[in-house]
Amino acid sequence: MSVKNPFDKENEMSIGIPSLERSLFEPRALVSVLLSGGAWITAIIASIPLFSVLYGLVVRGGHRLSLEVFTELPPAGFEEGGGFGNAIVGTLVTVGFGAIISIPIGIMAAIFLAELEPDGKVAFAAKFCAKTLTGLPSILAGVFAYAMVVLTTGTYSAPAAGVALALLMLPTVVLTAEESMRMIPVNMKNAAYGMGCTRSQVIWKIVLPTALPGVLTGVMLAIARAAGETAPLLFTALFSNYWFIENGSAQVMAPIASLSVLIYNFSGMPYENQIELAWTASLVLVLMVLTFNILARVLGRKKV
Amino acid sequence: MNAFEQAASTGEQISGPPSQTDYLLDRSFRGIATVCAWFILIIVGLIMGEIGIKAIPAISEYHIGFLTGTTWDVNKQTFGILPEIWGTLYSSILALVIGGFFGITMAIFLTQDFLPAPLALFFRTVVELLAAIPSVVYGFWGIFVVIPFIRPLADWLHTEFSWIPIFSTSLSGPGMLPAALVLSIMILPTIAAVSQDALRLVPYRIKEAAYGLGANRWEVILKVMLPTASTGIFGALVLGFGRALGETMALAMLVGNSNQLSLSLFSPGNTLAALLALNFPEAGEREIPVLMYVALVLLLITFAVNMAGTAIMSLTSNQMKAGK
Repeated sequence: MSVKNPFDKENEMSIGIPSLERSLFEPRALVSVLLSGGAWITAIIASIPLFSVLYGLVVRGGHRLSLEVFTELPPAGFEEGGGFGNAIVGTLVTVGFGAIISIPIGIMAAIFLAELEPDGKVAFAAKFCAKTLTGLPSILAGVFAYAMVVLTTGTYSAPAAGVALALLMLPTVVLTAEESMRMIPVNMKNAAYGMGCTRSQVIWKIVLPTALPGVLTGVMLAIARAAGETAPLLFTALFSNYWFIENGSAQVMAPIASLSVLIYNFSGMPYENQIELAWTASLVLVLMVLTFNILARVLGRKKV
Repeated sequence: MNAFEQAASTGEQISGPPSQTDYLLDRSFRGIATVCAWFILIIVGLIMGEIGIKAIPAISEYHIGFLTGTTWDVNKQTFGILPEIWGTLYSSILALVIGGFFGITMAIFLTQDFLPAPLALFFRTVVELLAAIPSVVYGFWGIFVVIPFIRPLADWLHTEFSWIPIFSTSLSGPGMLPAALVLSIMILPTIAAVSQDALRLVPYRIKEAAYGLGANRWEVILKVMLPTASTGIFGALVLGFGRALGETMALAMLVGNSNQLSLSLFSPGNTLAALLALNFPEAGEREIPVLMYVALVLLLITFAVNMAGTAIMSLTSNQMKAGK
């Protein structure tokens, strides 16, 4: 039995080859065009909030931007002027504590996950836990740090806030570092083993230097996220109207100010001055966060 | 001749076995790394344990009725979180519907060759920047931009259609709708990013086969790409939902913090996370265990949702790898 070719001349009439010309008014072509238009409109609408936020920050926050806001303390009730210098310092200090706790632990854990026992049960469970931690609501990190640190030490403090932020930074650091360590060609490592290196020497001399851009990207992203967090600071750092370094000594075990909590506190105040300052503080905070984000991207671009 | 060849021809030693100290350092370094990996496991257990233990007094006092009670009164020592559970779910589902639609459309738009490279980069940057803005800034923007912007529309809907339950109250300021709108903007990047990954995982030849059969762009997207990537996109929605459930600041600033159960989009409400944010800083000795109970409920809900999302995601990437 011979199989008939559907494109044979004699069959052409019977099965009806559709027209190969594209016509805009054919229903299915029209639907496609309309949907494409819809996709464009949706994408543009989705971009509006970002530009609205940026516009608000630049226009309403920009005009108060001066040296004063970086050097002055927050104003009280009816006071005019003032700034949020202590809040900027506070944000840097709390994020610093978070970084000191989370970065070493995160990188070491990533070494274990990527290099030491990548296929073990511990690695599997730890990776799953790290992914689950990415979804930990930031407020719960605050609740945990409150229960662990604030209740134990009896005071709100920068280290307590650091613990809460570290919890949120840890999964980002671990997962990105692990990812970039896995990318390293096995030949490079084998060459080092061939020279008589121990596993730790291979990690120190080959894995870490080669994976460094990726590791730093993760660190910068974690710092960017932590700098913008508010909820974990509300009842671990609380707020303070004074400088971190008062009378020449650092007030480590005392409440500490932060930009994000300042914005939150000022947003509910009925005074025009405070609202204006909150806009300016938002601008400064967004600029800080974006700086770390851009750093992350620049560092990540240097490919191995 | 390079250094290695030179050494090899003269019989000079350029490598040697690790010394005793090297072995010792190696052992301890690996030991520390192992401890750090265990630390991640321990910390998850510790979070659950710490919050759970601190909540025990409240659990034994209010039992399961805590979840169905509707009053929160510190003076009378009656606590119930049904309105907060309702508010959390209601705002998150609203945000998921809006953010899901925009997020998935954005993912299609960015992966299905709609745009020339520079424009694609522009929209990709927009989505990434949306993710970078801190939630307190969104909340603040919501108060001063979103609420005034939607108020005329909300008033009109309320006066014209007040017989529909979702428009039954007027928007007095903060409320469910502005909160859900801002929340949807915040979860859009998560949904868009994860859906993009899911769409990129679809093998290219499947798409080519569909084009070869004569399907046009949207037929390929709707009948081939989306069904093939559906598990991954579902995972994206679950992860976005998980983010929405736990989001705190934008809601604490926009939802109105009123302890009521209402279907209306314009009435103020409250969520579990916002309740914690508002009550914790001024909580007294008696209130702390109750708030820990709230935290435990929130923790269990979000962990369950996130674990489901993570599991779905690893399932899809395995499926796609097997299919390639």
